[in-house]
Amino acid sequence: MLTGRTALLPRQLHPGAWWLWALGLVAAATRTLNPLLLLLILAAAAYVVTARRTDAPWARSFAVFFKLALVVLAVRFVAQVLLGVAAGETVLVTLPQLPLPDWAAGVAVGGAVTLESVVAAFTDGLQLATILACIGAANALANPKRLLAAVPAALYEVGVAVVVALSFAPSLVTSVQRIRAARRLRGRPDRGLRSLVSVALPVLEEALERSIALAASMDSRGYGRRAEVSAATRRLTGTSTLLGLLGIAVGIYGVLDATSPPVLGLPTLLAGLVLAGGGLVLGGRRAVRTRYRPDPWTAPEWITAGSGLAAAVLVIVGGVIAPEALAPSTHPLVVPPLPLLPTVGVLLALLPAWLTPPPELLVRDVRRERAVAATSTSTKVGT
Amino acid sequence: MIDFEQVTITYADARTPTLVDVDLHVAEGELCLVVGRTGSGKSTLLRAVNGLVPHFTGGTLAGRVTVDGRDTRTHPPRELADVVGVVGQDPRSGFVTDSVEQELAYGMESLGLPGDVMRRRVEETLDLLGLHELRARPLEQLSGGQRQRVAIGSVLTTHPSVLVLDEPTSALDPPAAEEVLAALQRLVHDLGVTVLLAEHRLERVVQYADRVVSVPGDGRALHAGSPEQILRHSPVAPPVVELGRIARWDPLPLSVRDARRRAPELRERLAGLHPSTGPSANGAAPVDRVVTATHTEVAALESVSVQLGSLLALRDVDLAVRPGEVVALMGRNGAGKSTLLHTLVGLRTPRAGTVHVGGQAPSTMAPGALLRHVGLVPQEPADLLYAASVAAECAAADADAGAEPGTCRTLLERLVPGLDDDRPPRDLSEGQRLGLVLAIVLTANPPLLLLDEPTRGLDYRAKERLAGIVASLAAEGTAVVLATHDVELAAEVAGRTVVLADGEVVADGPTQGVVVGSPAFAPQVAKVLAPSPWLTVGAVAEALEVLP
Repeated sequence: MLTGRTALLPRQLHPGAWWLWALGLVAAATRTLNPLLLLLILAAAAYVVTARRTDAPWARSFAVFFKLALVVLAVRFVAQVLLGVAAGETVLVTLPQLPLPDWAAGVAVGGAVTLESVVAAFTDGLQLATILACIGAANALANPKRLLAAVPAALYEVGVAVVVALSFAPSLVTSVQRIRAARRLRGRPDRGLRSLVSVALPVLEEALERSIALAASMDSRGYGRRAEVSAATRRLTGTSTLLGLLGIAVGIYGVLDATSPPVLGLPTLLAGLVLAGGGLVLGGRRAVRTRYRPDPWTAPEWITAGSGLAAAVLVIVGGVIAPEALAPSTHPLVVPPLPLLPTVGVLLALLPAWLTPPPELLVRDVRRERAVAATSTSTKVGT
Repeated sequence: MIDFEQVTITYADARTPTLVDVDLHVAEGELCLVVGRTGSGKSTLLRAVNGLVPHFTGGTLAGRVTVDGRDTRTHPPRELADVVGVVGQDPRSGFVTDSVEQELAYGMESLGLPGDVMRRRVEETLDLLGLHELRARPLEQLSGGQRQRVAIGSVLTTHPSVLVLDEPTSALDPPAAEEVLAALQRLVHDLGVTVLLAEHRLERVVQYADRVVSVPGDGRALHAGSPEQILRHSPVAPPVVELGRIARWDPLPLSVRDARRRAPELRERLAGLHPSTGPSANGAAPVDRVVTATHTEVAALESVSVQLGSLLALRDVDLAVRPGEVVALMGRNGAGKSTLLHTLVGLRTPRAGTVHVGGQAPSTMAPGALLRHVGLVPQEPADLLYAASVAAECAAADADAGAEPGTCRTLLERLVPGLDDDRPPRDLSEGQRLGLVLAIVLTANPPLLLLDEPTRGLDYRAKERLAGIVASLAAEGTAVVLATHDVELAAEVAGRTVVLADGEVVADGPTQGVVVGSPAFAPQVAKVLAPSPWLTVGAVAEALEVLP
């Protein structure tokens, strides 16, 4: 166990911890329509991101997700104003209404816009926006590729496939741009849809060539080496994984469907999880891979994951105690209260901003380094 | 260490075998250089060492290939990963992870080495290849030379006894190539790694080789021997060797340093003579630094700055190109050479300053009109090829340029004689593809031709042909601007050289004046004979009145 002081030396936190934390906040957000709580969750996520993100390329994704969240909010708002059926009495404006046939009941184009329905739409949109922002926070704080590297050994191949696909997309975009620009050199238009279609063949050919080169490189660097495993173990692995997955499927169905017998619920789900887990562990025996500098899971990781979980649990418990505080009525309109338990829960999710190690700045000032390199080369040339 | 016994390799869809009855034995700790023309089967030979041929590529291999006692028949590439490290031509396409440190560890992770061993070997490799400052850097931020060193490092961490490299320096500028070769040299000397290396740019590597294997490519047996033996009778040789041949030096010099020690005698023979041929004599007269745009110029840049993202790729560049002039654009990777060419065809719009091509700004010209003023052969010539056959490509080029049908085909016949009409353009060799794209671009008869790294992947013969083409175009009045790392080509064809550094013009003048005395950009002959103003073997040979 690390002591308190070494645990807080700068390093990257385990990506899994950030994802658990963010998922805890997501779970909390799905349980409430209280705009104050939602804004509090949003603020907590944003604060932790600013305090603990690196300067790596993926760290910018919070801003991207945040903008997406604002778009969602705006769309929800506009849809309500233009298309929603108004509820409540406080009419703000009345838009000219388009008469619609009977079968389109429930949709109204134009018509009265009431304060109640606008507030309801706003909280709805805010909930979705908060969920998006929490996912963005996880993306910004944890390198998505490191997260994939932490999957169990048996799932390693799947992880690699995803990583390769992720790095493939940007290079595909560059080759489309390059080849499309080259059309200009042949005297053909380099803008418009037709130019995009005609470059499909060269782009695909290049992509194919690149993936073959990558496969050759991976093969010659030992990808896919296998340890010898007895036939019995292999069979056991397959059986337990299959039964486990079946158990999980049935168990989830049982948990969600209130009319099914209780045995099909939680017990089946747990048994399925255990079996599938066993299958993964056994399957991992075939892989000879080791991991270079795996991310440790120590106190800060527990705190981070725990604080996310606490937020979720306290919001859920708060909802059981006082359901109306989590979903304040919009019709009639009331001032939303700030329930104690859920508020404390969300505030707990702020803890990682102080109780985790600060990140090492991964990408140093590249331009400055390049300048230094350039001067050293030119002095070499000069002498 | 590496043994080929009676190896014949035939690819699945080929009528004739690529390699026939190859016998090759590379001893431990040897640096063995594989030379041969494009398409002669060099890459096949290299890829057979770790079993990529035929396990990965398909085809049949008769005979036996063993590495360190392991037969590739029974060991697929992944089972040889701890014995053979393979570095491909383009390191970028072989990277699996996204940062330097992770990439170095990848091979070891696959082999299942314990964590402390991995940690130690990564540190050792970072030091060995001088990569320690880049350890956390994302791979896409590396320069070409750094990338190549990371690729070498990533296969070295598994401690292979054999390292196989396919054209490791062909895409690099001279300083970056030296960086990579110095690293290789260290591996051979300090770690006793056996290296098998294919390279077109003999002038860069031959001095480091213990043995040269020449792959004839027409089914005849391989020649193997000391570099001197092979080069004495080889039709292609680096300039320093050719200089040794015409000066009748024995033993032949392989490096500039060898030749330099014999040079005083040659300089004496050349004293009083002046280079009569060569670009400095037939090229345009020396050009003033600042030229105003007049209509005698084919193209002009006036205080042009170009911004790419947050990077200022060109800063306040002035350049004017006159008809019949051949200008070499040099500078390290990322200095702004390609950006300058792209600006001249309007792919980039300058942030400040003006660009004129034929009296107009290229970025405002319609693509159809632009074609008649300027032609660019991009770094990847294949970018310009869309059709399914050579004939269709030529017909499309005629239509694009509004030229008479058959114009492109006639040009192609002049550049690459005897190319089959039905061949798919993307399956041609590098040299043939370059010829085809050149023919396509020249169909519109532009007064200005731009070439971006034209010699990448070309063997000596293809390069010679390119030099001839450029010279005859210039003689007909076409202005040619070529961005290149190939100092030998620049010395041979360019009358004027412009050196860019960090987007600024740092030198502009007659090639002779610019490159003589520059450690990075001087051709080998200039390095040997400096301070006398000789640049090419051809010029020296003519002065001495012997045939090279």
